[in-house]
Formats: sequence, C-alpha cells, structure tokens
Amino acid sequence: MTERGASVLYDVPGPGARLRNNALTLAFGVVLLLVAYFVWTKFDEKGQWDGKLWQPFLRADTWTELILPGLLNTLVAAAVAAVLALLFGAVFGIARLSDHRWVRIPAAVVVEAFRAVPVLMLIFFAQYGGSLAGLVVTEFAAVVFGLTVYNGSVLAEIVRAGILAVPRGQAEAGSAIGLRKNQVMRLILLPQAVTAMMPAIVSQLVVLLKDTALGFVVAYADLLNAGARVVPANYANLIPSVIVIAAVYIAINLALGYLANWLERRSRRSRKVAADPAAAEAAAGGEVALMR
Amino acid sequence: MEAVVDELPVILGAFWLTVKLTVVSGVISLIWGIVLAAMRVSPLPVLRGAGAVYVNVLRNTPLTLIIVFCGLGLGTVMSVQFSRDDLSLNSFWLSIIGLSAYTSAFVCEVVRSGINTVPLGQAEAARAIGLTFLQTLRLVILPQAVRTVIAPLGSLLNALVKNTTVAAAIGVMEAALRMKNLFDAHGDAIIPIFLGFAAGFVVLTLPLNLLSGRLARRLAVVR
Repeated sequence: MTERGASVLYDVPGPGARLRNNALTLAFGVVLLLVAYFVWTKFDEKGQWDGKLWQPFLRADTWTELILPGLLNTLVAAAVAAVLALLFGAVFGIARLSDHRWVRIPAAVVVEAFRAVPVLMLIFFAQYGGSLAGLVVTEFAAVVFGLTVYNGSVLAEIVRAGILAVPRGQAEAGSAIGLRKNQVMRLILLPQAVTAMMPAIVSQLVVLLKDTALGFVVAYADLLNAGARVVPANYANLIPSVIVIAAVYIAINLALGYLANWLERRSRRSRKVAADPAAAEAAAGGEVALMR
Repeated sequence: MEAVVDELPVILGAFWLTVKLTVVSGVISLIWGIVLAAMRVSPLPVLRGAGAVYVNVLRNTPLTLIIVFCGLGLGTVMSVQFSRDDLSLNSFWLSIIGLSAYTSAFVCEVVRSGINTVPLGQAEAARAIGLTFLQTLRLVILPQAVRTVIAPLGSLLNALVKNTTVAAAIGVMEAALRMKNLFDAHGDAIIPIFLGFAAGFVVLTLPLNLLSGRLARRLAVVR
C-alpha cells in the first residue's frame, strides 16, 4: 500500500490531531522500547550478548569453514530442485490442459495429491521408500525430491493458469493459420504465458528456497544446519548463530522478492503481454502462495 | 495394510496433535495478524514501521529456522518452560509460538490487502459521521475487509495444517514425525503407511477448502 492509500483511513491531521498523534507516537514508542528492553535484559541474563559468543562471526574462518559451505549446499539444493520443479510444473501444467482425457485426469490427480501432502512427509517418504526400492537415497536427494514434487505441483497450477489467461483469440488465430496443437502451445501460448507467470514463478522459487531449510530435519548439511548445529557445536552460541543465519536467509529472500516485484512491474508496463500477470498470480494464491 | 490398521490409534493420535497445533496457532495468528494489519495502516509512523519490520523479517525467514529458534533457543538456552515435568507439552507450546509468529505475518498481509479493497467512500462516510480511526477500522473497514479475504485466509489455514509438520524439527510427535517412526517400526509397509498419512492430510484439508469457498461466497460483500 502506498502512503496515499494509507491516508484513505484518516484525514490529513489538523493541529489537534497532530498533537494527539505526537502524544500517541511517544506513548507507543515508549511501549515498543520497553518491549525491546525486556527482551534485551532476558537475553542478557543468560549472557547471550556476551562478546565471545558473537566474536566467531567476525573471524573469516567461521564463515569460510562452517557457514559458507552450508549456504552453498542450500543454494545447490534450491537450484537443482528449482530446475526440476520447473520441468515438472511445465509438463504437468500442460498435461492438465490436454485434449485427451487419459492424459488430463492422471495429471490432475498427481498435481492435486502432491499439493495436499506436506513437504516434510515427502522427504521422509523419499528416504524410506527409496531404500525399500534398493536405492541409496542421500539427504540431498531426499530434500530435492520433496521440494521438486511439491513445488512442481504448485508450479503446474501456475503454468495452467498462465496459459488459460492468454486470450482465446491467440490460440484460435494460431489454428487458423494452420499450426498444429503443439506449435500453437510452443510458439503462441507459452511465450506469452511465461511473461505473465514470471512474478508468480519467482515467488514460488522463494518458497522453495525457504523450504530447503527442511533439510535440517533429515540432517542435510544446509545453511540452517550450519547455523543451528555446526557453529553452536563449536562455540556454544546457538542464539547468536541462529540470528546471524536468519539475517542471511532474509537478505537472500528480500533480494529475490525485489526481483519478483521488478519483473511484475516490467511485465505490467510492457504492452506485448497479452495475458494478465495478476490473473496468473491470483490463480496461484498471490500473497498466500508465499507461505508454502 | 495391516500395519495401518494395527497402528490406527497411534495414527489418529498423531493427527489429533496436528489438529490441536493447527487450531491453537490458527486462532492466535488470526488475532495477532489482524492487530498487525491495524498497526500497518495506522496514522502513527512508529506502529507502521514496527509492523512492517515484523512482517518482513518473519515472512522471509524459513519456518524451520523459526521453530528451531523457539525450541532450542527459547526452550533450551533461555529455559522458557510451560510445564515443569512434561517435555512434550513444552515443545508443543514452543512450536505454537513459532507457528503463530510465522503465520500471523501472512495473515497481516492478507487482511491488509482486504482493507485495500474497501471503497474509499466507506472510510470517508465513517469519518463524516465523526468516527475515530479505531472506530472506523473496527466498525466499518475490518468487517468488510475480512469478508473479502475469507478465501485467502482459508488457503492460509490450509497451509498451516501442512506447516504444523515442521514442528517435527523440535520433536513434536505430530503426523510427519509419527509417520517416520512407523516407517522405522514397519519397514515392510512403507507405502501403505505413507498413503494412510497422505489420506489423513487430504481428509483434513479438503473440507477446509470446501468450507472456506462456501463461506467466502455466503459472506461476500455485495457492491
């Protein structure tokens, strides 16, 4: 919401309201400071602000030996899962739009089923089910499997909504000039749909990146594992370490969030986009999609 | 298949815990999320700023990290205790803190987007009859805003049902962790057990979807 939008709820303050607002600002400011002070002293009682707990983060070797390898593993898992999920999403999203019932219905069942199951359960299933089938399932493979099928199913819905958001006339015009079905999809619908889907796709990739942290539960050596197991095991500083790691996650996700916003603004500006990006995003749940 | 039938009481117990986690943290995050939304649209920059920082920090942090912070950080290091002798009760409430803190940030954003859909004239009319900011929000804006966002709130609740599994990270015996234990106990029945638990989640989320869709249609504001 913009500043202008926010002022919908209240007038430009007059002299009396300004005085009252200033008094309230002061009062709430004091309350917030008291809350912060309370939290600060509670942590201080347990010695959490002690310099020696934070000092490891000023040394290069803590980062190069312990944290950055975890970050690298997180990024690798996220990148591999993202590529596979995009493939999965494209295949199943298009399959759900197939003219053949025997393709459309199984694809719908797969997508709906995997969307209903929590990622953590899929990860556990990959580990145990894989070893049942005689495969050696590493933590990495299990995490990538869980993230791929879950986010792939969500992406399939985004792809489907994006393609449906392209005006009908486009596909009809394609058929009219004699293109085959797969040519219409490949040359006409997908290029326009992808531009419209971009913001929703990037949002979902932020979710995927956040969800790599589930690897912690199966002891995959990711960033959270570095912050909540490895660093505290060396320096007994769980709280400082988790706070630092959280800052790293927030920085990466904010950057990706800005990328999504930028893509959305850009595609809104460009008149070449026939499909409405808002429609594709609304289909994916918009804001809600970010939660999982 | 026998494994699922034999362990049915255990499975139902795990899902009961999932339901409890969902309901308690759902109620807390609905209330806290609406308070946050009110903060973010208030005329006081202090409250707007505090709300914005809270939402952006919590939304961009992985839920697993938040739960681990609550369980190990608050629970073990800071020795926040809810029960002196029952460890599982302790981790239950600690994971509720984490789930509510995380979900409320999303509730706030959904409610705020609902506030944006209320026409300008409504707030102006409310001010014209002399309502204060809080009265405008409570009596005119929020009732309309919340009704327009019932469907997205339903999807949030749906996501929350699935997110409760993350409490497994600090050893809460909800559905996902129980499933893993049953995998260990019945190595030969992994697929039936998985299907059983997956069906459990479908049973929990499907009625929720139908209900929220129905409510959204029934309560829609006619303009």
